[in-house]
Amino acid sequence: MDLVLVIVVEVLYAIGALVLISAGLAVIFGMMRVINLAHGEFMMLGGYATITAVDLGVNVFLAMLVLAPAVVGVLGLAVERLVIRHLYGRLIDTMLATWGLSLLFIGIVTMLFGNTTTGISTPIPGFALGDYQVNGYNFFIVLVAAVLLLLMLAVLRSTRSGLIARGTMQHSHMAASLGYNPDRIYMLTFACGSALSGLAGAVLAPLVGLVPTSGGAYIAKAFITVIAGGPALIAGLASSAGVFGLINQIFSFAVSPVVGEVALLVAAVILLRLLPRGITDRLFRESL
Amino acid sequence: MRDAGWGRELTGTLVVAACAVGVLPMLVSTYTLTVLIIYGMLGLSLGLVWGFGGILCFGQAAFFGLGAYTYAIAAINFGESTVPMLLAVAVPAGFAAVLGAMLFYGRLTDVYLGVITLVVTLILHRFMNATAGSEYVIGNARLGGFNGIPGFQTLNVPGDPSAYVWGESFYYFSAVCLLLAYLLVSAVLRSSFGRIAVGIRENETRAALMGYDVPARKTVMFAAGAAIAGLAGALFANWAEIVTPRLFSLSQSADIIIWCIVGGLGTRIGPVLGAAGLSYLKFLLGQQDLLHNSVVSGAILVLFVLFLPGGIAPVLANAWRLVTRRRPRSRYRRPRGPRSSLASGDA
Repeated sequence: MDLVLVIVVEVLYAIGALVLISAGLAVIFGMMRVINLAHGEFMMLGGYATITAVDLGVNVFLAMLVLAPAVVGVLGLAVERLVIRHLYGRLIDTMLATWGLSLLFIGIVTMLFGNTTTGISTPIPGFALGDYQVNGYNFFIVLVAAVLLLLMLAVLRSTRSGLIARGTMQHSHMAASLGYNPDRIYMLTFACGSALSGLAGAVLAPLVGLVPTSGGAYIAKAFITVIAGGPALIAGLASSAGVFGLINQIFSFAVSPVVGEVALLVAAVILLRLLPRGITDRLFRESL
Repeated sequence: MRDAGWGRELTGTLVVAACAVGVLPMLVSTYTLTVLIIYGMLGLSLGLVWGFGGILCFGQAAFFGLGAYTYAIAAINFGESTVPMLLAVAVPAGFAAVLGAMLFYGRLTDVYLGVITLVVTLILHRFMNATAGSEYVIGNARLGGFNGIPGFQTLNVPGDPSAYVWGESFYYFSAVCLLLAYLLVSAVLRSSFGRIAVGIRENETRAALMGYDVPARKTVMFAAGAAIAGLAGALFANWAEIVTPRLFSLSQSADIIIWCIVGGLGTRIGPVLGAAGLSYLKFLLGQQDLLHNSVVSGAILVLFVLFLPGGIAPVLANAWRLVTRRRPRSRYRRPRGPRSSLASGDA
């Protein structure tokens, strides 16, 4: 019975982590069609921002939930102005330019922080569940992921700015003729996406030893989750994170964590072969 | 249909290649040159698949690594190098044919193709890293996990396992391999297969409507690129004398793409020069620690995409044309002004 509970918690945690990892990319790639290969590095920078702030004496939750997204959001703004805005509509070129950015960030962070592992301890203690020890921080991840999904849904569906953003992504000329400035909206949307990536990196930072190349671990998962999700932003994110998180944890428990990772990737390849436009192309078509 | 330019081009290529192979060892050590040649071949393989086939493969490193591992495992088992070399070409090509058939008959394009090739590379990388245990054995070869496979039989003269090909002669062997691969690519691109491949790159729907079997042709192209990458991998295994999972890493894949972009997509020589040039730059940068390597390669990639998306080769070609341009044979010679000084190379 305890084991079942532990597995349920772990599965929820895996799903939550996937939602967090993919949320920023869902905005930048899913909405804006910018293939951001520097997504992992945005997360890595969010992590470093958190650790630096905590070392300077800032409260860890403040650092994770406010400071890191702000820092990475501003950085995303700069990246959009300097590089991305010249490349809208050129899918392959955005992919290559952001890959260049990712290498650039890795290099700069290595020069600043050194090629060593840094980390902070988890701010929430673990507790015993029957014979098993459960990491209390996992609940925090699940909570943040759930709140994030609801918040994104609320913003996109019910606020005016969410409506304007969605409309602009669908038809920027129409938005422009209605008096909105697509250039500005693209800029702000990209910054929001970057901030979400920063948040994810920050929240996951206590769980991993952070190195400058940490971003590489996230990028593939983020892309397959977003692509397998399909056209509906939030329903897609939730459903594909659900499928992949479940598969990952089942194989991790049954065999080993490495096999879990490999099973996730194999499942993604098979899923994309069967549903090349993503889950929400067939199911939940009318949702957001 | 054989066009007259082929003979001239063949001679030209052979002369230039012979000069380069002869002269370069005076400037750079042959040990470094060998790896530049190997990377050049790897660049050529993606240059073919991406630049002419229009297939953006994010996992060319997978075929490179697969070639290297195949060579190492087979060399340990056979104790000589001829069959392993052939296997190192055949296994990646076969793997690419299966993977390619799955992708292209599934009509997956650009982004999805990129992501799946990337994921496959990651799977291989993860798997190879996790094979440290003694249960991962192929024949007599232990896969060795993170530490890779050292101590396999390196290249030898066919039929005589004790006559090693190494040092200078390995350099010449690699150079000849690159030259042969280059000529093969040139010949393929001049054939109707190559022309149709370029047609598919330009407009897939039109090519399909004209009755060409697009998925089959793309699969063959993909496999051909993988075969060249596999050969490069086998040569690399011989050069480094160890194979590690790092061959499958994402940064390796990134490097190959950067070489092609910088060298010039849609040219044959561009990716080769891009690979050799940038790898040499990396080698030089490795000898100082002011700037981190990936800062430089990242900056190069961003700047090229923004300002010179066509790469260096077209620029060089234009400059060459400008220098060698004959003066127009017209009776009305323009008076020499300051503006004609650019084209005065014929003086």
